[in-house]
Amino acid sequence: MRHQYEVVIVGAGGAGLMAALYASKTAKTAVLSKLYPVRSHTGTAQGGVGAALGNLEEDKPEWHTFDTVKGSDYLGDQDSIEFMCQEAVPTVYELEHMGLPFDRTPEGRIAQRPFGGHTNNVSGKPVRRACYAADRTGHMILQTLYQQCIKNKVKFFDEFQVLDVLIENGVAAGVVAAELLTGEIHVFHAKSIIFATGGWGRVWEITSNAHSYTGDGVAITMRRGIPAQDMEFFQFHPTGIYKMGILITEGVRGEGGVLINDEGERFMDRYAPTVKDLASRDVVSRAMYLEMRDGRGINGRRFLYLDVRPDTVNKFAALDGKTRPDGRPYQVTGDEILSKLPDIIDFCRTYLAVDPITQPMPVQPTAHYGMGGIPTNMFGEVVKDEKNTVLPGLYAAGEVACVSVHGANRLGTNSLLDIIVFGKQAGIKAAEYASGASFPSLPKDADGFLLQQLESLRGEKSTVKVSDIRREMQEVMMADVGVFRTEEGMAKALQKVRELKEQFKEVRVEDQGKVFNTDLYEAWELGCLLDVAEVTAVSALERKESRGAHAREDYPKRLDDEWLKHTLATLKPEGVDLKYKPVTLTRFEPKERVY
Amino acid sequence: MEVKLRIFRYNPEVDKKPHYENYTVEAELTDQVLDLLNKVKWDQDGTLSYRRSCAHGICGSDAMRINGVNRLACKVLVRDVGTNITVEPILGLPVIKDLIVDMEPFFEHYRSIQPYLINDEPPPVRERLQSQEQRVRFDDTTKCILCAACTTSCPSFWASGEYVGPAAIVQAHRFIFDSRDHGAAERLKILNDRMGIWRCHDIYNCTDACPREIEVTKALGEVKVAIATGKVD
Repeated sequence: MRHQYEVVIVGAGGAGLMAALYASKTAKTAVLSKLYPVRSHTGTAQGGVGAALGNLEEDKPEWHTFDTVKGSDYLGDQDSIEFMCQEAVPTVYELEHMGLPFDRTPEGRIAQRPFGGHTNNVSGKPVRRACYAADRTGHMILQTLYQQCIKNKVKFFDEFQVLDVLIENGVAAGVVAAELLTGEIHVFHAKSIIFATGGWGRVWEITSNAHSYTGDGVAITMRRGIPAQDMEFFQFHPTGIYKMGILITEGVRGEGGVLINDEGERFMDRYAPTVKDLASRDVVSRAMYLEMRDGRGINGRRFLYLDVRPDTVNKFAALDGKTRPDGRPYQVTGDEILSKLPDIIDFCRTYLAVDPITQPMPVQPTAHYGMGGIPTNMFGEVVKDEKNTVLPGLYAAGEVACVSVHGANRLGTNSLLDIIVFGKQAGIKAAEYASGASFPSLPKDADGFLLQQLESLRGEKSTVKVSDIRREMQEVMMADVGVFRTEEGMAKALQKVRELKEQFKEVRVEDQGKVFNTDLYEAWELGCLLDVAEVTAVSALERKESRGAHAREDYPKRLDDEWLKHTLATLKPEGVDLKYKPVTLTRFEPKERVY
Repeated sequence: MEVKLRIFRYNPEVDKKPHYENYTVEAELTDQVLDLLNKVKWDQDGTLSYRRSCAHGICGSDAMRINGVNRLACKVLVRDVGTNITVEPILGLPVIKDLIVDMEPFFEHYRSIQPYLINDEPPPVRERLQSQEQRVRFDDTTKCILCAACTTSCPSFWASGEYVGPAAIVQAHRFIFDSRDHGAAERLKILNDRMGIWRCHDIYNCTDACPREIEVTKALGEVKVAIATGKVD
């Protein structure tokens, strides 16, 4: 079936919905999503959205900008970061005006809590910048934006999985999607296309990410010749539930929780003497790995304790001289912890039979967030080469995009900020472009490339299993393209991923039907994961330095002279082609990064 | 340990009517029922179909009937339900395939209660003020993830799919008791309909079914009082 919309948005998480609200004001807009919008991964974000509102203490967007630049290990583009941190303030107010139920200060303003890497730039101490709704801020953002879309009668195609993008004569022309209910293939002819498909944490074994986070957007665009930027930078969040990877928000540490090793020591003292447990995520994850490697995991095992028991919190708050906004010493009760972190407490009770008010939580670093992705400028426009040439009609926003505001390491609360600020920009720009453009011509064989991909997954039964290939990929990427990396390990991982790609060609799905053939689309998604894993490993192997989330044991220093540049990886039949482009520096000269 | 699964199966392209299939999987006490379904799908029968995404009780994709009660498959562990587990689709919505039901009627009820902030006054430059007490008033119902576990556990909904159902009323409650919202009267009028809130007979299945531990029946009770008294407080 054929459809025609001026703007087509792929993905209905925070970025897609924000884009939809803005694009649909002036352009005929459709949102396609493989999930019902309220199932999107934005809903799992917990701790807060960063904005220097200064509701509890002095703060300013300039400080937020510097913290983000520093957090990015100077790989973030400073013009885009400054734009995001300035826009943060009015955009968070906009969410409140839409009805978002933020927690409140005693004065009735939006409540804010400390988060890793966010500081008062004068004192260097943590600042309360994360605007929150208990520990379900992402859930409330997703719900609020979806509510507004209903109010504004946005057109949705729910459970339509986009599988290909059409680019004709260098201009975006449409997307091809499968309707999961019927298996029918639909072609959406469009003037503007916005990719907002989220991340690819399922490349790794231990991850906080949803089963559906399979890198579709990056894989689809790479297969059509668009490069992927900075894919070697993937964030491992320090506190995932042991073995399961389920996220425990950094807000736990914001409320005073601390990480403890087998000797009962609060070890972050040694790694980040000023902000301690609230250092950047890459710093904390590496510290945890080193503790475990030196035998100080709990009982010598691969986890540490995250302790938010009131006695522990109060002891370390007193040692740190931590105070409330009104100057009183910071002391908490179990009830206060429960009211600020209800979902975390529930996760631990459900999955671990551990009550965090009386017991510490076993945690390990978990694959969490892709800093890289489809290259864009700060207007959400996709840029296709090292000269930042815009590809007309194609946009990306949210985790799938690389603006780059997160550089080599994202600060907590900046992903929710990214989706609302750049989702909005992409929506505005896509509609503007559509108003001045005519519909481009569609290729004759619009669904041909996709049908060929799906056809190769059907047919005679085979013994090669999707689940085996996926597990092997996840294990090798976790072991060798994880928190710490070496030439030897990554080369091994890359070879393995390439072998698995060969094996993947033999996969044939069991389900031969049309209706909700989840077997087929899960196999297709594995193909995306494999492409993303390969590009990640190649980009990482080539970058011979340590920066942010990319930590090499064989090249432990950041080398600005050679490597202060973005990677652009292009998928070719014979492998991956790497190019580089400069980082935009404005006010902040790169310097050593200490917390 | 071995877990025996009895799973409701229906493929509209092959089956005239639904049937049950038995599977045995190796599992640990801490495995989610979703993990068990994945083991069947990945290792034994790729045609088994169900929705899932976040796998930790937030996205709301995998509401199912597990041993006769509505639960999220990712929030029930083997240690909660034992080693003989029956899994069926939630009731009251048309089955599409295996454990997948048509969610459209559910979302239609959701949309019918005007699930968005209604307030036409121009907002201030900064945030609208709301006291901590005003914010707590509707906190419980902001947790709803629209998984449909409550609505499809309700005998009144089984009796008539036209009943708006507890999830939609929970969503209405979230706005009715929000001090910033001006749409309470309109929503209460909608819920005072023949197929509205009076179909609720305090059976409490919904409260038991809610994976977010929302006090659903209590919220519905507060909405009933608001209709009866014409006052929201």
